[in-house]
Amino acid sequence: MKKLLSILAVSVFAFAANAGTLDDVKNRGFLKCGVTTGLAGFAAPDDSGEWAGLDADMCRAVAVAVFGDRSKVEFITTTGKSRFPTLASGEIDMLARNTTWTISRDVNLGFEFVGVNFYDGQGFMVPSALGVSSAKELDGATVCIQTGTTTELNLADFFRLNGISYEALPIETNDEGKENLFAGRCDVYTTDASGLSSTRAAAADPSKWVVLPEIISKEPLGPLVRHGDHQWGDVVRWSLNAMIIAEELGITSENVDAQLSSNVPEVLRLLGAEGSYGEMLELAPDWAYQIIKQIGNYSESYEANVGPDTPLEIARGLNALWTQGGILYAPPFR
Amino acid sequence: MNEITESRKPPLATTGILGWLRMNLFSNWINSLISLFVLYVLIQFIPWILNWTIFAADFKYNFNGAEITDRTMCSRVLDPENGGACWAIIYVRFYQFMYGFYPRDEVWRVNLSYIMLAVAVVPLLFDKFPFRKHFLKFTYVFPVIAFFLLNGGLGLESVSTNKWGGLLVTLVLGCTGIALAFPLGIVLALGRRSNLPVISMMCTLFIEFIRGVPLITLLFFGMVMLPLFLPEGVNMDGLARVLVAVTLFQSAYMAEVIRGGLQAIPQGQYEAARSIGLSYWQMNMKVVLPQAIRISIPSIVNTSIGLFKDTTLVIIVGLLDLLGIGRGALADTTWLGLAYEVYFFVSLVFFIFTFAMSRYSLYLEKKLKTGINMGAD
Repeated sequence: MKKLLSILAVSVFAFAANAGTLDDVKNRGFLKCGVTTGLAGFAAPDDSGEWAGLDADMCRAVAVAVFGDRSKVEFITTTGKSRFPTLASGEIDMLARNTTWTISRDVNLGFEFVGVNFYDGQGFMVPSALGVSSAKELDGATVCIQTGTTTELNLADFFRLNGISYEALPIETNDEGKENLFAGRCDVYTTDASGLSSTRAAAADPSKWVVLPEIISKEPLGPLVRHGDHQWGDVVRWSLNAMIIAEELGITSENVDAQLSSNVPEVLRLLGAEGSYGEMLELAPDWAYQIIKQIGNYSESYEANVGPDTPLEIARGLNALWTQGGILYAPPFR
Repeated sequence: MNEITESRKPPLATTGILGWLRMNLFSNWINSLISLFVLYVLIQFIPWILNWTIFAADFKYNFNGAEITDRTMCSRVLDPENGGACWAIIYVRFYQFMYGFYPRDEVWRVNLSYIMLAVAVVPLLFDKFPFRKHFLKFTYVFPVIAFFLLNGGLGLESVSTNKWGGLLVTLVLGCTGIALAFPLGIVLALGRRSNLPVISMMCTLFIEFIRGVPLITLLFFGMVMLPLFLPEGVNMDGLARVLVAVTLFQSAYMAEVIRGGLQAIPQGQYEAARSIGLSYWQMNMKVVLPQAIRISIPSIVNTSIGLFKDTTLVIIVGLLDLLGIGRGALADTTWLGLAYEVYFFVSLVFFIFTFAMSRYSLYLEKKLKTGINMGAD
């Protein structure tokens, strides 16, 4: 079945590659971007019905790169199961749906991950009253764990590796895990760190819960496009990179106009004042300027959606720039 | 001599409220015990529920009188001991719950459709409605009008179904599914009982296949597999694909319900109809189906209610119906953690619709005296 799907997907996107997604998007007049049906901090409709979040900003950045207008995007909601076929069939132009970059998705499903906009990983959350500061002290704890997921296997590995025991309380959904933890039926809840943060934020008193420092798996989340359309892949990749480079160079939505008269060559190249990088991508010369102006740099998007000042309170951690202790790194803009 | 003696009143314990209580709640010691237990639970529970949902609840303003714009301003977050429900999440997002992401300038079209839906359906449901015949003409053209009104075209700005959501999607799926599945179900039921082997086999195959797979499978098939089979560039609308799946699913169930009604009609009815020279269609339309559908009413309403609730499954394929919009609201960092309010509201809306449907079915059963003297009256 999976093979059949892949073959079908391959034959379908072969057509798509010929047509050229960038031209399709330009002709259509707006971008179709796949997002989640709602995940705190990544993509969720706000009170006025506008999609907000880190992934929603990613979609908007690409729309700005192509059209110079952040509103030229239509958000298509997808679920964990429907996201890949929706992308493969050409119903959406790109997917920005907290999707983990793995080899099978990149190669076998026929997609192309163009970068990472959030480094996530499996973590642990415990009541602060438990007085635990490291996951290695959790010997004998009852752990709420979603069955049938990779988190379950990671958990077993971690505890075996550290020679400690645990008792699993199997749950089906995130909500269920939340309720069980809050009711004290389990001592520990484990899932992706971003999910833990939103669970913590939903608690009556978030300060009663702590997320332990151990991250036991790699979950690089990033936008992806169909395999084979490199021109379009480049547009999405460099829309993301432009936001990261802008942070490196200290360009924000506030100071971007002042930066136009900067004397740093890379700033001028990024903002389109020098060189013809827009032309190479078949975009307007000021595409990156517009992204920074209308969306902001990576840091601005992070702080507004998931950062320490939001209810999610996710520290930059791995997602800080490589110069600041994280692993966020974009190739040079030249 | 004939003295008119005043008739004695029945014993006090068998009439009035007291009698009713004794007859219904305290007729023996087991019943009394159960009644007392239920009463105790209600006394414990009802004041708490009322307090939480109404008296201690925030609607637009919290107990300080400030307008609530995010969860931290809710009374129950500020004061977990005394605060009740924080309905502000529903209040602020009411538009989304009703219409999804439908453009605000165009929302009159949805409202107009709702009003027209009422005008189209109410005369259909009550046969004493004045000028019913003329209204029914409108009922037939209503689906076409609603389609253009909601979707756009004919001079109206097109609103892609991606922007539909909330109650709008729930109603579109529920109404279309129920309305289309009924005639389809009748055809399938008649087909399955047909004497022509090809027709009967095809109908049986269709019904058994659809009934043999869960609705989720059909939704996935419609949403995920169908686009892969269509040529590139031909994109069937997402909502339309789901509608097809829902209608097929419902029609298979409806067919079996109606077939159940058909089985109950005595053979003599068929023979009598035939003997007075009615054709196959005349026999079915005038003699068999009216009786069969009449006895199937409870089951028809039952499956319809089931479908109406099953429409929430569309969230799995990425459509945001009423429940989906609710979950989206819970994922907004502004409102994290107000799950009780959202789910309470969504279940209340569903309850209103399904309860209305079941009450209507009761009314219909009473009016048509279903189940009494079938075949003899």
